[in-house]
Amino acid sequence: MAENRPEKKKKVRRFYDYSLLFTVIFLTVFGLVMIYSSSSYSAQLVYGDAAYFMKRQAMIALAGFVGMILISKMDYHWYARFAVLAYIMSYVLMIAVSLFGRKVNGKRRWLAIGPISFQPTEFVKVALIVMLAAVIVQMGRNINRKKGVLTVIGLSLPIAGIVAANNLSSGIIIAGIAFVMLFVSCKKKWPFAVCVLLGIAVWELAGPLATLLENLGILQEYQLSRILVWQNPEAYPSTGGYQVLQGLYAIGSGGLFGRGLGESIQKLGFIPEAQNDMIFSIICEELGLFGAVSVILIFLFMIYRFMLIAENAPDLFGALLVVGVMAHIAIQVILNVAVVTNTIPNTGITLPFISYGGTSVLFLMIEMGMVLSVSNQIRLEK
Amino acid sequence: MNSFRTHHRERIAVLFFLLFICMAGLTGRLIFLMVCRSDYYSARAEDLHQRERTIKAARGNIIDASGKVIATNRTVCTISVIHNQIEEPEEVTAVLSRELGLDESEVRKKVETYSSREIIKTNVDKELGDKIRSFHLAGVKVDEDYKRYYPYGSLASKVLGFTGGDNQGIIGLEVVYEEYLKGTNGKILTMADAAGVELENAAEDRVEPVAGQDLYVSLDVNIQQYCEQAATQVMEKKGANRVSVIVMNPQNGQIYAMVNVPEFDLNSPFTLNQTVESQVSERERQDLLNQMWRNPCINDTYEPGSTFKIVTAAAGLEEGVVSLNDTFSCPGFRVVEDRKIRCHKVGGHGSETFLQGMMNSCNPVLIDVGQRLGVDHYYKYFEQFGLKKKTGIDLPGEGVTIMHKKENMGPVELATVSFGQSFQITPIQLITTVSSLINGGTRITPHFGVKAVSSSGETVHTFSYPKTAGIVSEETSAAMRYILEQVVAEGSGKNAYVEGYRIGGKTATSEKLPRSLKKYISSFIGFAPADNPQVIALITIDEPEGIYYGGTIAAPVIADIFKNILPYLGIEEEKEKTDAAFRIYG
Repeated sequence: MAENRPEKKKKVRRFYDYSLLFTVIFLTVFGLVMIYSSSSYSAQLVYGDAAYFMKRQAMIALAGFVGMILISKMDYHWYARFAVLAYIMSYVLMIAVSLFGRKVNGKRRWLAIGPISFQPTEFVKVALIVMLAAVIVQMGRNINRKKGVLTVIGLSLPIAGIVAANNLSSGIIIAGIAFVMLFVSCKKKWPFAVCVLLGIAVWELAGPLATLLENLGILQEYQLSRILVWQNPEAYPSTGGYQVLQGLYAIGSGGLFGRGLGESIQKLGFIPEAQNDMIFSIICEELGLFGAVSVILIFLFMIYRFMLIAENAPDLFGALLVVGVMAHIAIQVILNVAVVTNTIPNTGITLPFISYGGTSVLFLMIEMGMVLSVSNQIRLEK
Repeated sequence: MNSFRTHHRERIAVLFFLLFICMAGLTGRLIFLMVCRSDYYSARAEDLHQRERTIKAARGNIIDASGKVIATNRTVCTISVIHNQIEEPEEVTAVLSRELGLDESEVRKKVETYSSREIIKTNVDKELGDKIRSFHLAGVKVDEDYKRYYPYGSLASKVLGFTGGDNQGIIGLEVVYEEYLKGTNGKILTMADAAGVELENAAEDRVEPVAGQDLYVSLDVNIQQYCEQAATQVMEKKGANRVSVIVMNPQNGQIYAMVNVPEFDLNSPFTLNQTVESQVSERERQDLLNQMWRNPCINDTYEPGSTFKIVTAAAGLEEGVVSLNDTFSCPGFRVVEDRKIRCHKVGGHGSETFLQGMMNSCNPVLIDVGQRLGVDHYYKYFEQFGLKKKTGIDLPGEGVTIMHKKENMGPVELATVSFGQSFQITPIQLITTVSSLINGGTRITPHFGVKAVSSSGETVHTFSYPKTAGIVSEETSAAMRYILEQVVAEGSGKNAYVEGYRIGGKTATSEKLPRSLKKYISSFIGFAPADNPQVIALITIDEPEGIYYGGTIAAPVIADIFKNILPYLGIEEEKEKTDAAFRIYG
């Protein structure tokens, strides 16, 4: 997709990132196709309607799309004033979901308000991005001091902790978003480098480290088993390694060009809920390495657009908003692909725009609206 | 307000770069998985997805010497219903219950069961299966399958054996020649989902089955049928437990008939051939079945008695310790060490030559021959004649000879062995050894299998069997033929005489253990023509009632069998005319 040059209207000399808009549309529609492909078998079995999941996702995506367009036409400074309120709402919603949430697979992750039920963790992500952007802008140069950094950490960690208790992977993503926003805004170098190196070291030495921690009683046995499964999934084919192994079978049997769209066999009950976290493995199986790399490239292009918008944002607040969204999407894509390819231990992370999930796609659209609204504030002529 | 500075832009660029590295790394990982490991994972996935359906190979036929098929396959059908393909359950229920003669409510229950496949009836005749198929009912499946079928029912049941549920041989020739008969099953490989339901559009891999080879055997249905008839008659007449007959070619070991009455029905091998009290436990029933399936000619040993005098005589002649005209005297007993061993003739045979001793089946004569040989020599011949080893017949479970250890054998044991007591051999061992002694001294291997022929008619394998020449000299062998012909012509075996033929033979009446029960096995071994044996037969009658002498009850049966099968085997009568002339002048 070539970069769309904005139409030059004489009255409004403002930028609007159509490339990003079309990328979003493309990914969402591609996601719908893949949801239909991967879920039609089980949807037919359970709901008697092969398109059940696809239809639901399409309706929410459409609503989200309208929301996205509306938000993109607003001035993003306007919703900065709701930052604190949203931040407080995050706590309220997370506490509420822990107490009154609807249990799915033994975990309270869904909050029902009237007829609508949604996952508050998705809301928390957006709220935190806006909140942190606002706070960092407010702090000014203090962000480069220890106190400023600690303030940001103090704002992020508690909510990340609460979310992690409910849903570990969302907690990791929220912490990651905060980390990235801090990295962009703060002038310090070493703390970040140390964090990244530490992360790589843990990843490399996970096996022995986990055993050590378990022996010390810090790590629970089930957490250790997750790491052992990750290191050698074929040793646990029927227990913990089942999902990962089935995903690997799907990926491996894709080859260069895949079985062809709709031809996956692994989706026929071998991979449970193939339309959710493991959808990328179905993409690999059906569209091959070619399709999988294309999807990664599209996400990379999207992140590239985020970078361009952030670099050209009229002010720091706008830039930080975009950086937050960029961090959110990049982390989710990377972690999802890493989980599916068994590069990191298994944890439930959805692939943005593609995996099935109404709340997720709705809030992603809202975030896209925010990014587009930042892009819309870029003046083309000085 | 904090201003948007260059260092922010730098950081954003660095961030993008780092994310780019991560994604490139993941792409590398994907390339590794989908290119380098693709074969491995797709093979594993294939394993998981493929369902194998077997196409049964037709088992080879068993064909007798005259070309008659004695074991073959019959196509039978399995009728089943597939619930979610049924369109008109009422009609399906009605048709199936009517055609198969089943209870309507039971069929309805199966039709209405929600399952992938419900079997209505198995082993349905092909005709009926075709008829049901012709109704074209949706959801009704008629699958064809092979079932072993024996056209002659109980004929040679313990020899042929039968097959089990997977068409595998269980006893008899069916199990020994399993690898030739069974063929190679074909398979259909299809893809299936996690629940095992086959995918419709997936490519099918098909491996065609290879039918088993036909086994040609030396058994002759006509001879077998005649012997079976004769054996059944004598069994009923004498109230015997069972009667066994073996008919064999003494020159090469081909077995023409092996009868063990009562036989059992090969087409329902799990039905007992005798009436039993209703109260039998499962285990007792299984024991009775095993008993019924036994082949006494091969699996069971017995004391051969007087027929074994042939072996003692041959050993004596071969060693040169006795000649036909040596004279012996029989006072009706012989004292060996401290033991007084009686002759069957209480008053004794008086003075007699060795030939007369054999014709009279005189125990003291044979005891003397045995003592002249001594334990060492006797044992040497026992082993040289092949009596210690199995015959190597191509049937499973051959019994082994039960014989004294050489070091435990004293004069008394030697004396009893000399006339066929105090040790046990199988009937097949006896007939094989006697064959070898009269055929010129070549130890042969008794067998049924002749050749295996592929379904396209090409001989794949011709079976060969070991022969050991020179276990006795030709002279000894000729002398034995002469002696045994005299036994039938004028001695204890005269009831085996067949008008117009030269028959050789020897009777026996063995007392079963324990002796106190006074139970006997009457037997006769006979061959023809006596000067050039082409056929040899052994009959054993287990526990006859009333008269139990082998010469009286067993010999006539062999005579009867020979009378019928000799012309059938193309053994000419004319020779005998000169023989008769010879007798008149001699």
